[in-house]
Formats: sequence, C-alpha cells, structure tokens
Amino acid sequence: MSIREFAESGADLELVGIQKRFPGFTAIEELDLTIPAGSFFALLGPSGCGKTTTLRLVAGLEEPTAGRILIGGKDVTDTKAHQRPVNTVFQSYALFPHMSIIDNVAFGLKRRRIADAEAKAHEALKLVELDHLAQRRPAQLSGGQQQRVALARAIVNRPALLLLDEPLGALDLKLRRQMQLELKTIQEEVGLTFLHVTHDQEEAMTMADTVAVMNKGAIEQMGAPEELYELPRTAFVANFLGKSNLFTGDVVGTTDTAMTVDASGHRITIATARAQRHQGLVTVGVRPEKVTLHAEQPEEVAGRNLLGPGRVIDVSFAGVSTEYIVAVPGVGTISVFAQNMSFGPVAHEGSEVWLSWDVEHGFGLSDEPDESSRFPADADTQSIAVQRREALLTELEGS
Amino acid sequence: MAFAAFATTEAQPQTARRKSPIALFLLLPGILYLVLFFLTPLISLILTSLQAPSEFGDIGVYDYAFNWQNYVAVIESYWPHILRSFGYALLATVFALLFSYPIAYFIGVKARRRPLLQSLLLVLVIAPFFISFLLRTLAWKQILSDESLIITSLKALSLLAPDAYFAGTPFAVVFGLTYNFIPFMTLPLYTALERLDTRYLEAGSDLYANSFTVFRKVTIPLSMPGIVAGTLLTFIPAAGDYINASRDFLGGPDTQMMGNVIEANFLVLLNYPAAAALSIILMAAILVLVGVYVKRSGTEDLL
Repeated sequence: MSIREFAESGADLELVGIQKRFPGFTAIEELDLTIPAGSFFALLGPSGCGKTTTLRLVAGLEEPTAGRILIGGKDVTDTKAHQRPVNTVFQSYALFPHMSIIDNVAFGLKRRRIADAEAKAHEALKLVELDHLAQRRPAQLSGGQQQRVALARAIVNRPALLLLDEPLGALDLKLRRQMQLELKTIQEEVGLTFLHVTHDQEEAMTMADTVAVMNKGAIEQMGAPEELYELPRTAFVANFLGKSNLFTGDVVGTTDTAMTVDASGHRITIATARAQRHQGLVTVGVRPEKVTLHAEQPEEVAGRNLLGPGRVIDVSFAGVSTEYIVAVPGVGTISVFAQNMSFGPVAHEGSEVWLSWDVEHGFGLSDEPDESSRFPADADTQSIAVQRREALLTELEGS
Repeated sequence: MAFAAFATTEAQPQTARRKSPIALFLLLPGILYLVLFFLTPLISLILTSLQAPSEFGDIGVYDYAFNWQNYVAVIESYWPHILRSFGYALLATVFALLFSYPIAYFIGVKARRRPLLQSLLLVLVIAPFFISFLLRTLAWKQILSDESLIITSLKALSLLAPDAYFAGTPFAVVFGLTYNFIPFMTLPLYTALERLDTRYLEAGSDLYANSFTVFRKVTIPLSMPGIVAGTLLTFIPAAGDYINASRDFLGGPDTQMMGNVIEANFLVLLNYPAAAALSIILMAAILVLVGVYVKRSGTEDLL
C-alpha cells in the first residue's frame, strides 16, 4: 500500500509474538493480537501495563525487541513511522505550536503530495466543527478544541489504521460524550480500523466492538464489552472492568448445571457453564448490581444464592443508584448497587440486611486464588484500592 | 463572598497600574544608570562625530560644529572596511551556526536522558571562557603561523601546498571570529533545543514526514528563538570586533575591519570625529540589519 494515496478501507492489524524490553524492564512480555479490518478495538489497562508501548510499536515510534507487525497482511516491522499507513491521535495532541490549525491538519496531506490538501483539511475541520478557527494557533484553542483538531489531523489522511492514545483523557464529561459519539460516527462512516488505548473502562466499553484487557505486558482477556463484563475470566478483569464481589472457597459439589462453593461456611452456587475451573480452591464472583438487598430474611428459593445476615457499613447515594457496602461475617464486605426506585436509600448504616442473587449471574474465575490475592500490590486502579480496603476490613474483623 | 472576591480581582490590576508610584520608583535607578552611562556617552559620541578640526589648534583638537561631511569622508575612505566587517561577521555567524547546531542538538536533545554527559558537554562548551579571549586568539596565531608544527607537518605530508599560508589571511580572521563566538551561538541554541518537545517530532514522522522534513518543518521553526538569539549574539559583536582582524593577532593589512579603523583613528591618528562617525555608522547599520532580520524571521509570533 503506497502512502501516496488514501486507504480504500481499514486494514487488518496483526501482532505476532511481540516483545518489547527497555533497559531495566520489560514492557511487553509476549503479545499476539489480531484486529480485523473495520473494527473498533480498545486496549484497556492500568498505566504501565504496556498498552501505550503497543500503540507506539504499531505507529513505528518504537521498535519491537522481537516479533512482527503486519498491517493489511504486509510486514511493516522494519518500515519507518513515516512510511506506515497509520495515523495517531496523541494523548498530548502534539499539535505543532508554530503552525496554524489549517497547516497542522494539512501537514500529512502535503507530505504525501495529495492534491487539494487545503480543501481536504477544511473538510476535516468542518467534520469536527472547527473550520471557523482554521487560522488560529493551537495555543489559542481550548483543550477540547485541540483534541478535535488532533483528531481531524489524523483522520484527514484516511489511514488504514487509526491509533488513539487516551484521546478523551483531558476532556470534561460533556465533551467526552460528544467526542465519543463523533468518533463512533466517523468510524462507521469511514470504515477505518481503530485501535484505541485507554485506562478508562467506561470509554472502552461504550466505544469499542472488542476490548482487550491488558495487564503487566500481556492480554488477560479479550472479547465484546458485554462478554468481558458479564463473564470475566480473571480477578484482574473482574475488578478492572467495573466492580466485583469475589468469594474464594473449595468446590463442594458439581452437577451439569450448577457448581457449589463453600466460602467460609456460606454456600455459593454458580452455573457450571459460567465457571472456568470446576474443582479445588476457586474464586467465584457476582457484580454489585446483580445483588438484591433484603431488609427481612427472605425465604430460600431454588436458583438463588442467599447470604446473610450482614450489616450495612456504608451507604453512598449517587442519584440514579445507591451503593451499599454490607459486611457479612466470614466473607468480608459485599458491594450492592441498587437503583433508586423509591426516594432515597432503602437501608441505613447499621441495619441488618440479607443479600440474594441469581445463580445464573455468578461467574467463576480461572486464576489460582492465591494469585488473585497477590495482584493488588502492583497495579494502581481504584478497584484495587477498594479490594485492598476490603482485605483490611476482613483482617480487622478476623482479629 | 466569592462574588466579591471575583469582582475585586477583576478591577484591581487597572487601578494598580494607574496609581502606584512604586513601579516608577523601582525603575528609577535603572533609568538613571542608562541616562548616565548610555545616553550621555551616546550624545557625546554623536556630537564628536560632527566636530570640525580646530582652526588654530594642534592635531587632535576639535571644535563642536555640524560637520556632517565627516560621515561622507569616512564612508569614502573606509567603505571596504565597512563591507568587510559585515561580510566577515556574516560568514562567521553562518559557520558558527552550522557548527553549533549539531552540538547544541546533541547536548539538548540526544543527551537528555544522560544528565551527567549533558552537564559535562556544556562545561566543555563554556570551558574556553576560563582562558582570556586574547590568549586564546594569540594561541591560534601560533597554531596558524607558517612555522607552527601543524602547518609544517601538513606541508610535509603534502596535504598543503608548499607556498600555502594562513597567518594574516581573511581565512584566519573568519576562523578566529567563528571560534571565538561559537559559545555565544551554542548556548542559546542549546536552551531552545533543550525545551524542544520530542513529541512534536514523533507527530511529524507519524504524519508522513521523513527525518529531514521533520527537521526542516518542525525542529528548525521550534528552535527559531534560539537561532535568532544565537545569530544576534554572534553577528553583533563579530561585526564590531577588532581583535581577530588586528595585525597583532590573526589579521593582516588586507583584513582590517571597522573596529580596527576606529581604533586606529582614535588612538593613532587622533581623528576623533572620524572614529565617532564610524562608530555611529556601525551602530546604525547593525540596528537596521538586526531590525530587518528579527522582523523577517518572525520570532515575535513564536511561542
């Protein structure tokens, strides 16, 4: 594919056995990844997990220590950055401060000697609704406007593959939503392949067709956002992508449809098909919004897990929903999200409650339980902080 | 409360600017200094440049007059020196820029991750300042002289023609000017390049620019403030320099610059009006050249 002409459509991206070592540390252990043409793919992970390095490798700004990179079936591992049919929306935007907005946007077109560069640049600016600022300098624009210019500067080149490095990081919530929508529209209209790198799980889930969760230089799990959310395979994914209540215990009974785990005397049942491992010590979990809060002890119902009694130790009201933290002796704290169907919280701090959830809503993880308790030390996300706190609370209760 | 605070911050700067006598008071020493040591000598210089020889006086005695013919006279007799001054200064500036840019780029960009190397290289750039300018120029005179070890060995190796010489040539003078002003070029370039955000360079290569185009379209414009500062700091003193071109140092009879003729007129010929007129011409020419240059290079709208 010549860089002298526009890409007709998106191209496949294939990473084969990629390794990247920097002096003193390994950014990417071993990465194999195929992104089909025309898809919107998100690499999600905490900072330092190697996702930005992956992006830079694809852009040609770094060289892999080992492995091959193929774009549209063509090996570009040894191709220089300026010869790859790839454009990047940088996290810092990196708009040239000495050029006007229009010159910034037309820069790539002019380098490729594409006719009517200025006119095409104006079109791209119209797409992001900034054509009236074409003569300004980047410093005269707000952060959100600069971000849109950076986007226009990349998509005007019609690359086969568009790389987005935390493109919405600096925007406020409203602009973020607007840009998310715009990106999605552009992607559908133009049919480019998007590779989006972010640490924001919401951004990844709302925008991408496929999300790959990356941790410590390797992909933990990959799939459609719903799949990743509803059926996480590892504790890292379960906690990085939303919140999870996790229980560890021995498997005490397995049938074709249900598997029961004994977590410190509490029996928790999940669907066998939704568990990764079926014997020994396993970790199972359930999402907080799947859990129902009961003020009085409900009757045991087949197909539902019942836990309790527990005590509400924290209530945080968030408008549309309320999060309750319930301490259940023996299993630690459990988080419950409840829609605010009536006015205000239905339970208060200190009240005694029971918890129940559908057996079908649970999931079983594949990690060794001691592995899952080891990971909080070296990642830096909010969910890990929550887990840490939960671990501390459990410890305090135990003593 | 919050509204009140907001309102006062809005209004305050204007009243402060209008009424405070403190700013003027703080400026006073500076203004006095400039009047005393810059404006007064400048006026004295202009007046001297217009003096006429005293009718009955000795050599070197002049009366105040409006003898503007002094200017015509010095331009008529010294125009080759004037042209030579700016020509040599321009050459020295260009050579210093070509030589300094790679050094500054290496120290400011490539050595960024190794602060120790960076500091060491900077010290090496500044190190010549620890030795007197005159001594260093004299040392070069020795090195470039016909009997020096280097010249004789080059001749012995047939790398130089047997009748080649450097002492007293324009080459030696431009070489000396370049050498002496290189730190003045390197340091501002380094400061500009040290701040250069390499992410712009990556953005350039991501947008299909090869390394030469990135250098031309991104690196050079972004380091323009350094280039302008460096060339001015080199060109201005080089145009007025009288050490390198002097016969006692690297120059010869055919390499005399304006500084040398001003010196000769002032100290040897005792023709103070001619020396003053030449000084004014030098100053005016530099002001015009620099003004055009700064305007053309468009540094005012650089960030």
